[in-house]
Amino acid sequence: MIEFDELPIKAPLPETASTLLQLDNLKTYYPIRKGLLARTKGYVKAVDGVSLDIREGETLGLVGESGCGKSTIGRTILRLEESTGGAIRYRGENITSYPIAKMRPLRTEMQMIFQDPFSSLNPWMRVKDILKEPMLAHGKATNATAEAEVDRLLDAVGIPRSYKDRFAHEFSGGQRQRIGIARALSLNPKFIVCDEPVSALDVSIQAQVLNLLKELQKELGLTYLFIAHGLGAVKYISTRIAVMYLGKVVEIGTRDEIFRSPKHPYTRVLLNAYPVPNPHLRGREKIVVQGDVPSPANPPSGCRFHTRCPFVQERCRVEEPMLAAEGSGGHAAACHFAL
Amino acid sequence: MNDLLEVDGIETVFRTERGEVTSVDGVSFRLKAGETLGIVGESGCGKSVTSLSIMRLLGKNGSIRKGEIRLNGRSITGLAESAMRRIRGSEVSMIFQDPMTSLNPVYTIGSQLTESIALHLKLKGKEARKHAVDMLRKVGISRPEEIMNEYPHKLSGGMRQRVMIAIALSCKPKLLIADEPTTALDVTIQAQILDLMKKLREETGTAIMLITHDLGVVAEMADRVIVMYAGQVVEEADVFTLFDKPLHPYTIGLMGSIPHLDADDEEALSSIPGTVPPLQNMPPGCRFHTRCPLANEKCAAERPPLMELAPGHQVRCWAAQSDIGSAAPYAALNLETRGATT
Repeated sequence: MIEFDELPIKAPLPETASTLLQLDNLKTYYPIRKGLLARTKGYVKAVDGVSLDIREGETLGLVGESGCGKSTIGRTILRLEESTGGAIRYRGENITSYPIAKMRPLRTEMQMIFQDPFSSLNPWMRVKDILKEPMLAHGKATNATAEAEVDRLLDAVGIPRSYKDRFAHEFSGGQRQRIGIARALSLNPKFIVCDEPVSALDVSIQAQVLNLLKELQKELGLTYLFIAHGLGAVKYISTRIAVMYLGKVVEIGTRDEIFRSPKHPYTRVLLNAYPVPNPHLRGREKIVVQGDVPSPANPPSGCRFHTRCPFVQERCRVEEPMLAAEGSGGHAAACHFAL
Repeated sequence: MNDLLEVDGIETVFRTERGEVTSVDGVSFRLKAGETLGIVGESGCGKSVTSLSIMRLLGKNGSIRKGEIRLNGRSITGLAESAMRRIRGSEVSMIFQDPMTSLNPVYTIGSQLTESIALHLKLKGKEARKHAVDMLRKVGISRPEEIMNEYPHKLSGGMRQRVMIAIALSCKPKLLIADEPTTALDVTIQAQILDLMKKLREETGTAIMLITHDLGVVAEMADRVIVMYAGQVVEEADVFTLFDKPLHPYTIGLMGSIPHLDADDEEALSSIPGTVPPLQNMPPGCRFHTRCPLANEKCAAERPPLMELAPGHQVRCWAAQSDIGSAAPYAALNLETRGATT
């Protein structure tokens, strides 16, 4: 077992009615095992001390490149991965080490939509059975009442009711993603982790699914954690945005703050690197960072972005910058020279 | 002077268990030396099959049934496989989407690079190696001598794509076909690779056929753009005209579907209702009419040809034809498609 190098938990943040989920210095490490006895030789620090609030009814966008830990956060919140340190509080209650039985009723409130609409639906089940299963498993409906619920869910996601006897392979990617959304909705959740829900879809279909997610949020008062690497989708759907790099949140703020006045060099690089669908802007000034993202098993000292940062100073190599307390609700960046 | 590449009404078919399927249906275009042509469209629109037809990498079930492909004025459609092999890698080369699977995992980077150099440039031993190292340096790989002895699994995705580009450009091809070269890469790495491609394009004057689904990448790189839908070209224009004044309802729908970083509106994205019809079961008339808000009886019955509505601007749409130069019906189009879901 790993030493929990938990920082002493500060005075709890004021429990405002609006905070639905709170992460406090959350850590998720994966052991690297090597050799005959599979001894642990180190850790991949996928999530390394993340503190965030997610407020009721909002969409928190979580962006970053592959391997930055954004999906691991989503999975850790739903306890699909076990955390290594820190706390997850849902409605003020620390659920980090809830036993399975105690976690179970909470699972109806917290659901997930997965990236790959092809592998996340069981090809041997009919659509209606895919949608019924969670309701039956949680005792939310009987076989008789579930049928009406299936119709209601299909209506909500825009799939014709007459398709409910079909199998998943008979649907296109966008339709499958709608079915995945219907399944997530079947237990009337409050909070949904959307893990790259549109990345695998074609552009015109992405827009359909994003619009649907937004409409459902309005109708049902849902709270989303929206994980993506595509900035366009995140901008379109998010209330606030957190930018991650190598297991840490480097900047957090409202959507407009992040897009209009990014403070962290990495955020600026990300926004700047995104190809703009406007040929008149192709001559614009660009910051292209060199090199690759370092390995999360052996992150750089000091600021983790210092190896690629165009504005790096001596201090960045030694001293790790802190993200200003998010409890203040403000726009914060973990950079010594934040703009 | 001839164009570098002329593709004339090619039709590419695949034999499948359920009968023959036409993936590319009458596609024509020209590519001048040094020009960058973007080909955009969604999955299954035939953009990749078009490029594979040019390289004749169609497997044993695929074949070009009709049409002609000319390279430097010479028809290559009827060439024997051995003659095609001399063209691939030397006159035309290709980079693929997935840098993880397009390099052979059991050969070193050096041996994969020198293979085509030895074959096409007839360089041997030290000379070939020196040329390979130069190529690696050109694509921005530091420590090229060491990387020559490494295996692909040691390199990151971005590095592998650089190696692929080095291999593709090592024999100074006239045409580089890049099939979704940055789709598998992270956005900061994508920016590096696009930068590199621009730099090399300037240095070598290679023409590029850039296949992508990402309109941002096209806007960044292309001189001219072809939009494909269901195996056909539906619109062709220079990049500025296409983005400023798209005429085909499908192109307009695609542009409306992208969330813009600089847009501030809270409106729903415009989306194209429905999905692409299956290749085995194409609707009669215009292939887009089942999803098109402007469709009328004519669209359902008659197949529209590709029509030149302005110099260099071609559109396959009956509605666009009736209203040359007027943007009015498209404003309505945008409103109608907004918020559509199924």
